[in-house]
Amino acid sequence: MRFSSHIGTLGLAALIFGTGLTACNKKADSPNEILIGEYGSLTGGTATFGQSTHKGVSMAVEEINAAGGILGRKIKVITEDDQGKPEEAQTVVTKLISKDRVSAILGEVASSNSLAAAPVCQQNRIPMVTPASTNPKVTQIGDYVFRICFIDPFQGLVMAKFTFNSLKMKKVAILRDIKSDYSMGLADFFKQNFMAMGGEIVSDESYSQGDKDFNAQLTSIKGKNPEAVFVPGYYTEVGLIARQARKLGITGPLMGGDGWDSDKLWEIGGEALNGCFFSNHYSVNDPSPAIQNFVSVFRTKYGGETPDAMAALGYDAAKVLFDAIRRAGSDKPDSVRMALTQVQGYSGVTGSITLNENRDAVKPAVVLEVKDGKFAFKETVAP
Amino acid sequence: MQAFLQQLLNGISLGSIYALLALGYTMVYGVLRLINFAHGDIYMLGAFCGYYVSRVLHGRLESSLLETTTVMLASMLACALAGMLIERLAYRPVRHASRLTSLIIAIGVSLFIENLSQLVFGAAPRFFPQLIAEKQINAGGVMVTNQQILVLVVALLLMAGLNAFIFYTRSGKAMRAVSFNLEAAKLMGINTNAVISLTFALGSALAAAGGILVSLNLPGIDPLMGVMTGLKAFVAAVLGGIGNIFGAVLGGLILGLAETLVAGYGSSTYRDAIAFLILIAILLFKPDGLLGKGQVEKV
Repeated sequence: MRFSSHIGTLGLAALIFGTGLTACNKKADSPNEILIGEYGSLTGGTATFGQSTHKGVSMAVEEINAAGGILGRKIKVITEDDQGKPEEAQTVVTKLISKDRVSAILGEVASSNSLAAAPVCQQNRIPMVTPASTNPKVTQIGDYVFRICFIDPFQGLVMAKFTFNSLKMKKVAILRDIKSDYSMGLADFFKQNFMAMGGEIVSDESYSQGDKDFNAQLTSIKGKNPEAVFVPGYYTEVGLIARQARKLGITGPLMGGDGWDSDKLWEIGGEALNGCFFSNHYSVNDPSPAIQNFVSVFRTKYGGETPDAMAALGYDAAKVLFDAIRRAGSDKPDSVRMALTQVQGYSGVTGSITLNENRDAVKPAVVLEVKDGKFAFKETVAP
Repeated sequence: MQAFLQQLLNGISLGSIYALLALGYTMVYGVLRLINFAHGDIYMLGAFCGYYVSRVLHGRLESSLLETTTVMLASMLACALAGMLIERLAYRPVRHASRLTSLIIAIGVSLFIENLSQLVFGAAPRFFPQLIAEKQINAGGVMVTNQQILVLVVALLLMAGLNAFIFYTRSGKAMRAVSFNLEAAKLMGINTNAVISLTFALGSALAAAGGILVSLNLPGIDPLMGVMTGLKAFVAAVLGGIGNIFGAVLGGLILGLAETLVAGYGSSTYRDAIAFLILIAILLFKPDGLLGKGQVEKV
């Protein structure tokens, strides 16, 4: 008894101490700094998305500060971890806006998390730029929400065209993640386009993010004999699905979207993923000087690590935002928002970025093939 | 027909894991009338323990079977200790308080382990090393892997071992006595504290074995993997009749099969919903669970 009550006291002390620390961290805005908030999944099931984005953003910040900052002020990014959970995303963005008083927000990758946090930005009239959320609903939240990547109707079209025209496959099954807005949207857009071309969807199954056992769905898919399976999920589940699909004897390619882009994909799925395809925002193998320059600077900075699309988009999102602040001549949220509506032909690593009237970027997509842990470039599809 | 057999196999291999976990719930409930909500988290700790042990061992042992056995025994031992520790620190001090107190403490312990593990292990999923090279066997169109067979065989052996222990050893007899009446067992000279510790140790070791077996087959582990699996195993225990070890095994298999067949032939979107609906229906008509009849063979 005595022992356990000691533990209790200890826990309480830790709690009070912890709270004290957080309270001390609070600081007033500095006139020499422009504060930007960033939220992302630094941990959790989509952790590499948040970590890569953060690396891209940090690189952009270092570059701009080395060049003297913007409007004579340095950029300071305050980063919060939402653990890949929508409810956490909402909490940390509220904190960034109300406590840290940031001028603009960068994030998230997963559409469900962006959809949870965007209304907070909209209500508080703080511009939010998402680097990689592709679900169309994200920017429909309101006129303070922007994105610098393509949207899922386009990504779905790209994969439908690739499957139908390049792979010449007509019978496809779908396995979607019902917990993710991204996966549901992308699956629907793929299905619409593929059927409009004359293809057949022989089976449409689902799972929930966090599941580990997909044998039941895959057995049922196998019974329908599809030529390929479209799995528009995130890399953790896709890796496990690929393994189980091969074990059950499904031999056709699996296909997906930018949610596959992570080095963890290969770690989890391994050889089961060879010969599978996914659409993405850019390819590291693209010979264009802008991309090769970015890749080599990134590698030097992060100990040889190759930047994935999330890193490139994080970098571009930060740069587009900085450019808007510079053009606005102020870090007032309303002026920054106005400047963001006028992004025209900004040349980023992931292509030329022009925001349309829906605050979405119109950009080409690439199709990549998984080959022994590398993502090999297959083709580029323009909008 | 082939697809149906494949689904049956899928369901049984999923169900055998639920059964292993349900045994832990049911044993602790039988002895203490306590629902140990931290049980699913012990399962997670088992998987992580196996992850670290196999990383240390990797390449040092020649036979992969020997490696797997070592990993499994080490992790079962560690989790048995963890289970005993939890009982000693969290449940024993409130054993004589109201039952609600222990229940709330159990929920607290569960949340504590989940969050501590996220802090210590990190929240990102890890890849569990493939200890046994995978071989596929095509049995008349039904695809079986050697890992699946291993999971089934080991799960059955563990259940048979537990059964033998409870019904044919002195300690097992003591456990049954404590489950029948704790105070009376104490008066008869049974060291009830030791028996309860043993119950937690056994249950936790089975959970750890479950964690390793699942990870061999589905190699992604994360600190929250025990939440949903633990809940479903609890459901399996209730379904079979909580406190009854055969009920736990039966409940686990039924739940695994129900989930698989619903996903395979009904709608995968409503898999969990329909599986739980079956549970509600069974409990409406048989509130004690399938095999829970009064005091039969309580552990």
